[in-house]
Amino acid sequence: MTTPDPGRPRSDRSPWNWLLFVPILLPLLTFLYNSDGPRLLGFPLFYWLQISFIVVGVICTTIVYRMTR
Amino acid sequence: MSGHTTELVVFALLFLLVSAMGFVAARWRRPESIESLHEWGLGGRNFGTWITWFLVGGDLYTAYTFVAVPALVFGAGAMGFFALPYTVVVYPLVFLVLARMWSVSHVHGFVTPADFVRARFGSPTLALAVAITGLVATMPYIALQLVGIEAVLQAMGISGHLPIVIAFAILAAYTYQSGLRAPALIAFVKDTLIYVVILAAVIYIPAKLGGWGSIFDAAKAKFDATPAPGDGILLNPANQVQYITLAFGSALALFLYPHSLTGVLASRNRGVIKRNMSALPAYSLLLGLIALLGYMAIAAGTKPVIGENGKPISNTIVPVLFDQMFPDWFAGLAYAAIGIGALVPAAIMSIAAANLFTRNIYREYLNKDATDAQEAKVSKLVSLVVKVGAVLCILVLDPQFSIDLQLIGGVIILQTLPAVALGLYTRWFHKGGLIAGWALGLAAGMWMLYLIPNPATGKTHFGGSAFALSNLGFDTKMTVYAGFLSLAVNLAVAALATLAFRAFKVADGEDATAREDYFADEGDPKVKELDLSAPH
Repeated sequence: MTTPDPGRPRSDRSPWNWLLFVPILLPLLTFLYNSDGPRLLGFPLFYWLQISFIVVGVICTTIVYRMTR
Repeated sequence: MSGHTTELVVFALLFLLVSAMGFVAARWRRPESIESLHEWGLGGRNFGTWITWFLVGGDLYTAYTFVAVPALVFGAGAMGFFALPYTVVVYPLVFLVLARMWSVSHVHGFVTPADFVRARFGSPTLALAVAITGLVATMPYIALQLVGIEAVLQAMGISGHLPIVIAFAILAAYTYQSGLRAPALIAFVKDTLIYVVILAAVIYIPAKLGGWGSIFDAAKAKFDATPAPGDGILLNPANQVQYITLAFGSALALFLYPHSLTGVLASRNRGVIKRNMSALPAYSLLLGLIALLGYMAIAAGTKPVIGENGKPISNTIVPVLFDQMFPDWFAGLAYAAIGIGALVPAAIMSIAAANLFTRNIYREYLNKDATDAQEAKVSKLVSLVVKVGAVLCILVLDPQFSIDLQLIGGVIILQTLPAVALGLYTRWFHKGGLIAGWALGLAAGMWMLYLIPNPATGKTHFGGSAFALSNLGFDTKMTVYAGFLSLAVNLAVAALATLAFRAFKVADGEDATAREDYFADEGDPKVKELDLSAPH
């Protein structure tokens, strides 16, 4: 929890916010993952790479939250 | 039918247990009075990280999603997997937006998106447009939850509508009694069941089917053999843009639905929301795995239940797969997970719809001096009416009608984005510009949906959301999500009309919010002072 700084108006601006664009853009770049190989545990690239984007999303939102609170 | 006895017994027992919980919920974290709308509709606005996670997760990832997404993957392959990028993109996208919405709502006592628009743009007309759009988009969504329960019942060999009527009567009774507390408490059971079932499914079923590799190979073989050009375990040049725009457009739309906001506003502070944006993707993982049940069904040779009209009911694919693969008692558990999974969102959606009606139509136009107790009473009644309406939708109309309406709902709810979401960031748009953008965006969206056929079901209109660019005269097979294009129309019109209104010096509405309202947090004197959740 932030304690409001009386001298400065509060804001949600922070350079860390740019990090949020990574998980927004990655899953929309179909050329990165629209392929069968290489397979991982039997999963085509299309599936395992997109599932791993979930982890990217979690990491990025967690970093932004920690750095800006 | 006798083969389903164990499944039925397990299903019925769990369903009863959950119903009992729904009634007890009125006493859980109870304030001194549940008679004010804030208490009933927003649970007292003091839910912490865990409850919010269960509540919002239970709200966004509905029973219908759990049966429809794998059914789509079963039928079309990779295209159905759009649900995964959609739910990855959505949380970073709304991370800052929802925190602002929480703050401004808590400073001013907003319960619905239309409340915010009313105060921000000083326009009751724009607020009415946003409220009606929200109501129209939410209603078919509630009806679809019934389609989810029905799919489970059909897989157990039960036809007829009586069980659904009973299930919804129970649901209506306990939301009436307990408000938002009921779905919050039930969401614990629902999610625990769903996680257990899906983890079991993704370990047990592939082991029985010879591993993930052979599941994907079986799916590929099936799609290669079909004449349809759009399917396959990978995307093709024609549907890649549709995949991206559908994922992104759906992500933009998700938190515009009034029911998603209800769960968010019930959280205790901004931190709870932000932590949830990191924690909710756990459900996306679940959804990704659930989507792949569609391929498991292909590999297992699952056949959907044939409906009374002789056509296969594609939504029954997952329940039938469970019946085929799991021992009876576990299949019963899985069915209960889906059935209960329908109740949580249905409860929250009907509460959100009721709040919209009460605050933005009843109080604004019908009874301007409504007391808190009157509002809560109307809200409870409307929530009942909404659920009866949803049941009637399924009983009287073809369920396909609800599915079509929900498709339309996604496109029309996007038209509230400039006012609701961009409104949190900028007051640049003129209220008249926003109304014009909303109207033309709606018209464009409906026109595009009307032109979309579905050769698979023989429908000539409203057959999907993939709008062929060839309709606009482009020489291409490419398709784009209709909601995305109609939002572009909306934004362009809103911007141009804003410039025009400014040029002609047409009066704009008053902004009742101040800049610092968007960053206020728990403990802020403004938040405390104006939060109406204290007992009256």
